[in-house]
Amino acid sequence: MKNMVVIDPVTRIEGHAKITIALDDTGSVSDCRFHVTEFRGFEEFCKGRPVWEMPSLTARTCGICPVSHLLASAKAGDAVMGVTIPDNAVRLRRIVNLGQIIQSHALSFFHLSAPDLLLGWDSEPADRNVFGLMAEEPELARRGIMLRSFGQGVIESIAGRKVHAPGILPGGIAEPMTEETRERLRENLVEARKTAEDALVLFTGILDDYEREVRAFGSFSSLFLGLANDDGLWEHYDGHLKMVDSEGTIVADRVAPADYRSIIGEAGRRDSYLKSPYFKPSVGPDEDPLAGMYRVGPLARLNVCERMGVPAADEALAEYRERAGGVATSSFFYHYARLIEILAATERMADHLANDDVTSSHVRARAAVNAHHVVGVSEAPRGTLFHEYLVDEHGVLTDMNMIIATGQNNLPMNETVLQIAREWIDGPAIPEGILNRIEAGIRAYDPCLSCSTHAIGMMPLIVSLVAPDGEVLSEVRRG
Amino acid sequence: MRELRTTVTIAFNDVEVEAFADETVMQAARRNDVFIPSLCYVEGLSVWGGCRMCMIEIEEDRRLRPACATPVNPEMEVYTDTPKLRAHRKAILELLFAEGNHVCAVCVSNGNCELQDMAVACGMDHVRYDYRSPRRAVDASHPKYVFDPNRCILCTRCVRVCDEIEGAHVWDVASHGADAVLITDLATPWGDSTSCTWCGKCVAVCPTGSLSYQGTAVGEMEHSVSMISRLAVARSRGEWLDPEAVS
Repeated sequence: MKNMVVIDPVTRIEGHAKITIALDDTGSVSDCRFHVTEFRGFEEFCKGRPVWEMPSLTARTCGICPVSHLLASAKAGDAVMGVTIPDNAVRLRRIVNLGQIIQSHALSFFHLSAPDLLLGWDSEPADRNVFGLMAEEPELARRGIMLRSFGQGVIESIAGRKVHAPGILPGGIAEPMTEETRERLRENLVEARKTAEDALVLFTGILDDYEREVRAFGSFSSLFLGLANDDGLWEHYDGHLKMVDSEGTIVADRVAPADYRSIIGEAGRRDSYLKSPYFKPSVGPDEDPLAGMYRVGPLARLNVCERMGVPAADEALAEYRERAGGVATSSFFYHYARLIEILAATERMADHLANDDVTSSHVRARAAVNAHHVVGVSEAPRGTLFHEYLVDEHGVLTDMNMIIATGQNNLPMNETVLQIAREWIDGPAIPEGILNRIEAGIRAYDPCLSCSTHAIGMMPLIVSLVAPDGEVLSEVRRG
Repeated sequence: MRELRTTVTIAFNDVEVEAFADETVMQAARRNDVFIPSLCYVEGLSVWGGCRMCMIEIEEDRRLRPACATPVNPEMEVYTDTPKLRAHRKAILELLFAEGNHVCAVCVSNGNCELQDMAVACGMDHVRYDYRSPRRAVDASHPKYVFDPNRCILCTRCVRVCDEIEGAHVWDVASHGADAVLITDLATPWGDSTSCTWCGKCVAVCPTGSLSYQGTAVGEMEHSVSMISRLAVARSRGEWLDPEAVS
């Protein structure tokens, strides 16, 4: 008899998805799949639109990380013009992206995952959310919310609006930063940095209690992809593509973003709208893309870089690597990496704001269409984001491909839910707390499924328990 | 020396105002700061009367009349904002939104669009009709300008300004009814037009994001309808006025 558990929808993630767990005759987990059940289709309806509109149009992909799409798209627009944008435009874009990383990571940690970590996997589901956190840990919840608000404020101050900001354009930024804005952000940075530091202390304090989760929440070998620079510093905006393995060995380096197809292939699966990108050199023709599985996002960025390049975050990175035993291979460490990135973001932002040129009015380059096949890449909070455009001689899109961070984590997310299911499930009676661990395995990646389903393809989450004969024995559906 | 113009007294919404005997109700309304919505009317261009947004009610007249094409009559009592007119204008706006592909959030004219402003002014917050969602190709072939027919409301301002002020008559309307579409020259790409002088008056006068400058990002497009009215007055009367005085 085949048993199947369905968790539908997966909660506290961005988008709609479900999880199916198949059991064998003995009641042991035989397979576990993460299915994305929503479809957005931007790759289709953007065709025919002028490239100048693409940043704002593609930003509508997401309300959480629109800045990532704005940046990748604006960089593709820069490439269409064939221009080097003014230094201060790069600086302001970087500050906006740091604000984006802070607000998105704060959302992931404080609003979505802290309820699991601080209230417990098995706590009452009705209270296991940000409101429950507010009741139990009001000061922590308040500071988390304020941290996110700070990041959103940075975006609004420079790009004109918190969500779907209009100020990031091909060629640079719409408006220079005022001295008043600069001073306000510098003042607000103080509390943001303190919150980041305190959150790190909190997390490292509880990490030892989660030994089993560290071992079973996506702890496996894989490749890691991120942007890198010549100095080996943590990178979030520019540079080249770098891939390392679980031993820290570099398997690809100095790959120009425009050449991403030389190392990344995309596979489709029938049970999900989410594409499954893989490392091409590791997968032969007709082979399972799983052989080329790689992870992106905070975990990968910290594995790819040599150091953060700012003192407090570098200190935190050293402790992180000591706890991980070198290269961090457990996806539970995504939370940890996220907090280090928040800290690094506050430090980097302080450095940028201290630069006297940050209020320079030279923030935009203008030119006509000079290139027809371009790629714009940026590090979104969830990982490396690719926008590839083909434009005609008038700058109108004829084709487009987007590789979203969450898509690149599709294969590892599937492996993670399988590992968690095998660790905790033994027989058809599955306590709710176990299902929550499976969801939490997905949450560690902070997936944004509404961002990542464009080829033709959907995220609330469901967990199904399926018998060998296909019968659905139980199904958990929330939301 | 200027001739003195005869004046008459008319009433807008029960308030008496002075109007010139040789002007239209729209002109009298604008001089007296009475708001009458319009999308196709531009002071200085010929009256087309096609958008029907400026319909008014006149006492003892059962029919609605377009203010832009209705001459002032002595003692006429005009109503510009009645429940019937509000319903009528909303319906027109809804039809315009349903007919094309007007997505304000990602439009070059977002925040600087007369269609958007009119929807706000007239309280159009829903579209009750099915969207046609037509597939229309953007013409970005002109080195300086872009024509996006998805955002065109066929007000013909560009057709008239190009013909009447610039004298080039690059633009015209082809086909009929729901298939009506703006064309340049004999339906050739704008960039191939041999009659276009690149003057940009059509772009300046467009009420929506349909005509824009190359390289313009979302929300960046600003039109300049008052400039066209100023040119028209300068040509016809030999007066070069303060831009703020003509709009």
